[in-house]
Amino acid sequence: MGEVIVVTSGKGGVGKTTTTANLGTGLAQLGMKVALVDADIGLRNLDVVLGLENRIVYDITDVTGGHCRLRQALIKDKRYEGLFLLPAAQTKDKTSVNPDQMKELCADLRQEFDYVIIDCPAGIEQGFKNAIAGADRAVVVTTPEVSAVRDADRIVGLLEAAELRDPKLIVNRVRYKMVKAGDMMSIEDIIDILAIDLLGVVPEDEMVVITTNRGEAVVCDDHSRSGQAYRNIVRRITGQQVPLLSMEEDGLMSRIRRMIGFK
Amino acid sequence: MLDFITRIFGRESSASKNVAKERLRLVLVHDRSSVSPQILQDLKADLIKVISSYMEIDEDALEVNFENSENQVALIANIPIKNVKRPANVV
Repeated sequence: MGEVIVVTSGKGGVGKTTTTANLGTGLAQLGMKVALVDADIGLRNLDVVLGLENRIVYDITDVTGGHCRLRQALIKDKRYEGLFLLPAAQTKDKTSVNPDQMKELCADLRQEFDYVIIDCPAGIEQGFKNAIAGADRAVVVTTPEVSAVRDADRIVGLLEAAELRDPKLIVNRVRYKMVKAGDMMSIEDIIDILAIDLLGVVPEDEMVVITTNRGEAVVCDDHSRSGQAYRNIVRRITGQQVPLLSMEEDGLMSRIRRMIGFK
Repeated sequence: MLDFITRIFGRESSASKNVAKERLRLVLVHDRSSVSPQILQDLKADLIKVISSYMEIDEDALEVNFENSENQVALIANIPIKNVKRPANVV
């Protein structure tokens, strides 16, 4: 019996889809069977982030509407054993799926998969309610900005109201130099304000842009800090205790060590 | 000028993250108090009811709002009085 995790944030553009893609790919790399569900109906994106955009035949509304079987709509990622995508519909709107259908879909998926990861749309309306309906756990993604943290706080409240307790936080796009200079809120500042557990911290990294351009996940890049950060988060999701990436380790030596593959 | 000097002699005091954190803290107090317009409306109605038994107030001009000041959030009510009843008339 698998676990259903929803990745949410409130604010758009903080990295929900990138996070979903990397958690899924990372879990598949560990040998897990993973289904990624794009719940952002009308603004489908997880397919392009994963590089699977040319393989879509059916989508989530075809499954919930009974036009095809779940198995037919799931796209198998040929690069990673055990990784599947259920794409969102692009030409319909968020009301074409309801929370009960999502619950049923999640119940079906968890029979087959170790992890079901749902990419939640931005906002707090119907799409959000659909995405969280069938979830056991929630991951809240934010960036060190006032607007993103504010929206994350709102989401934490709404998750609790929906009885999805104890959500875990990922702080994305952290620039350590700015944090050091006092010009960006630190992880401690954000945790202090939101008062939820930290799942991980992902540094701002050009490699995320580069890998996403190619339709690959940075979690597979052994030499990047963000890849390492995602690998750590993935291991924490499976229940392992993994220490946080240190802020200090961005010096030349650690870069060289990473380049030659020591870390 | 002062800003320039503080920048030279130490960024700590002008660190923009402190500004961000403080603004965030205040806005969240407001957000978390989760007072919907409906509740604010009910509060207004109750205030009118209570105060009206002591004095005549201008119900249309009554204002009840949350305000962020320096470091706290306050409930500010502005209630214009039209007439105060005689003590004998107090219900």
